[in-house]
Amino acid sequence: MTLLAEILVSVLIVAAGFFGLVGSYGLAKLPDLMTRLHAPTKASTLGIGGILIASMIWALMSGHGFSSHELLITLFIFLTAPITANFLAKSHLHRRIERRESLPAPEDGASWATFEAPEATHRDEPSSIAAARLRGEQE
Amino acid sequence: MIEIALIIGFACFSLALVLNLYRLAKGPGIADRVLALDTMVINGIAILILYGMWEGTAVYFEAALLFAMVGFISTVAYCKFILRGDIIE
Repeated sequence: MTLLAEILVSVLIVAAGFFGLVGSYGLAKLPDLMTRLHAPTKASTLGIGGILIASMIWALMSGHGFSSHELLITLFIFLTAPITANFLAKSHLHRRIERRESLPAPEDGASWATFEAPEATHRDEPSSIAAARLRGEQE
Repeated sequence: MIEIALIIGFACFSLALVLNLYRLAKGPGIADRVLALDTMVINGIAILILYGMWEGTAVYFEAALLFAMVGFISTVAYCKFILRGDIIE
């Protein structure tokens, strides 16, 4: 039983290390940001996931008992990775001025939110109050 | 056997950190650098957990959890600054 758990933990650690390395190699190697975005997701899901499962099995095996910290870290990273990727893609689109015309037009005559200039507001004014003030100025 | 696997894991994630550092230094855009920093945080978490297994304690999980939170917040703050020129509007 112990030998089986040791083999499992070792295989998981080596596999996770391989995926982490592949993710970072892709980050260094791929040609532009939209392709680079997808490489580190392997490191953050398979790499971190494998390491954390290995660590859970290891903690059970070595008498530390079942610990839920690993599950917390996995859950947090799985929740935040798509948000981070979305923000990075949005900021990439925002900076890439020369390709704006090639984007398809959104429905209902709206524009892409990331290309809209922020409304002129006072520095410490919350955006809801600023919107009300701008409406009042228009009327 | 676990020791050997841990050494291989350390080697892989350390090499990954070096590759991220290369991307961080080379750029070419701001978003590439932010992405490199984010991946560095992910690899740092992996190295912290491996080190916790190496030392045989569970203390490093708190540090890894804090690292995950701070990394996420800093990435979002960077992106927000690129997008809006301001972090908290």
